[in-house]
Amino acid sequence: MDALWLSMKLAACVATILLLLGMPVAYWLAYSNWRGKFLLESVVALPLVLPPTVLGFYALVAMGPRGPLGKLWIALFGHGLAFTFAGLILASVLYSFPFAVQPLIASFESVDRKLLDASAVLGAGSLRTFWRVILPLSLPGVVTAIVLSFAHTLGEFGVVLMVGGNLAGVTRTVSIDIFDRVQSLEYGEANRMALLLLMISFAVLSVVYAVNRRVWTPWAAKS
Amino acid sequence: MTNQKSVWLRLLKLPSLLTVLLLAQGGVRGQGKEVRIAAAADLKFAMEELAGQFEKQTGTKVDVTYGSSGNFFSQLQNGAPFDLFFSADIDYPKKLEAAGLAEPGTLYEYAVGRIVIWTPADAKVDVVKEGWRALLDERVQKIAIANPEHAPYGRAAVGAMQKAGIYDQVKAKLVYGENISQAAQFVQSGNAQAGIIALSLAILPPMNDGKRWGIPAELHAPIVQGAIVLRNAKNKGTALAFLEFVKSDAGRALLSKYGFAASRKK
Repeated sequence: MDALWLSMKLAACVATILLLLGMPVAYWLAYSNWRGKFLLESVVALPLVLPPTVLGFYALVAMGPRGPLGKLWIALFGHGLAFTFAGLILASVLYSFPFAVQPLIASFESVDRKLLDASAVLGAGSLRTFWRVILPLSLPGVVTAIVLSFAHTLGEFGVVLMVGGNLAGVTRTVSIDIFDRVQSLEYGEANRMALLLLMISFAVLSVVYAVNRRVWTPWAAKS
Repeated sequence: MTNQKSVWLRLLKLPSLLTVLLLAQGGVRGQGKEVRIAAAADLKFAMEELAGQFEKQTGTKVDVTYGSSGNFFSQLQNGAPFDLFFSADIDYPKKLEAAGLAEPGTLYEYAVGRIVIWTPADAKVDVVKEGWRALLDERVQKIAIANPEHAPYGRAAVGAMQKAGIYDQVKAKLVYGENISQAAQFVQSGNAQAGIIALSLAILPPMNDGKRWGIPAELHAPIVQGAIVLRNAKNKGTALAFLEFVKSDAGRALLSKYGFAASRKK
């Protein structure tokens, strides 16, 4: 149960960070006219296709005392970044990045440009336009981004395995715990946890699809 | 709508195409005399040489898959197509035998594993001089071991630290690798400053340029490693021949060269 709680905590932290980090990135990717934009789009999508072992391996090396990130972290805090909760958050933010950014881009892009022009003509700055026009119209995308990054982090395995060090209460997430139990041949316990995770994941994904199908709307529609 | 339908049709055809391909491949596989081995990851280098020599002597192809013994155990229970299983632990083959999944009487203790404390060459603590005290040094912030819950080398590491009387002092420094190779990787990447790993890993590149201190064998329960021929082996004869080769003087010499102490001589 500790492991499940830890995973929830990790997923909540990662989803929050990704929302804050993802919005400016998605905004820029949706509206920039820069010719080289496709390069950044590819970088953002990389975690989708890279195996977690590659990400995890790079993260482990980068967090080590010879890596740039590890050097900085050790100078600041006196200990390494690997095997810590902060290290897991960092690795998970990388790993779930496209799951937050891509729904945001898609919903930002689908906002009618005429409304943006109208907003600008009426004297609103781009920040005001974002808050008053783009964001309210993109709420399903925002919900999708939050829920997907949460769910994806909850189900994360390979990256955590590579950089976590399997410390109870710190880096032993629910997927690692299940794996451990299978390895120790405790199939009953593994089954129980796996089923619980399955149900949570199903519930979470149902929220995304319900929102996108407008089965119900979690916010009041303003006329 | 029509467009969507054709996509579905194409998708439906895909599995049947795959089936044909797999069947064709299976046919080719069945004809060969090769032996398929599931081997614990720490055997990699020893097994490569064993397989090479066996191939040269008999002309039989040896196909080795490396992985965690626990994983193989689960897979073999579910019908994984291997002829021979080299486990890092004697318990897994014993359990397979008890479950009727292995060929009775073929269980063989091929080696007894040894463990060492290992640090990189540029470590500030000299493990060769300090031995156990190296782990107590405050410059050693993290110590990597294999997960003692299911990895035999991890269990032995914990047992030895307990016997040496330092376990309670270093407990908070321990980080767990999924297996002994990952524990080694944690140290090699500098994220942990020391590790307790298998001798068989420590004497081979890229670990052999580090520093190591052998943990006395009497400090932990012996890490007995076992191999067994599987019940539904496709090439039982060849599998048995390979096992005989491992048992031969040449095979045993080769294993000890790679850091696996022979089990019978103890």
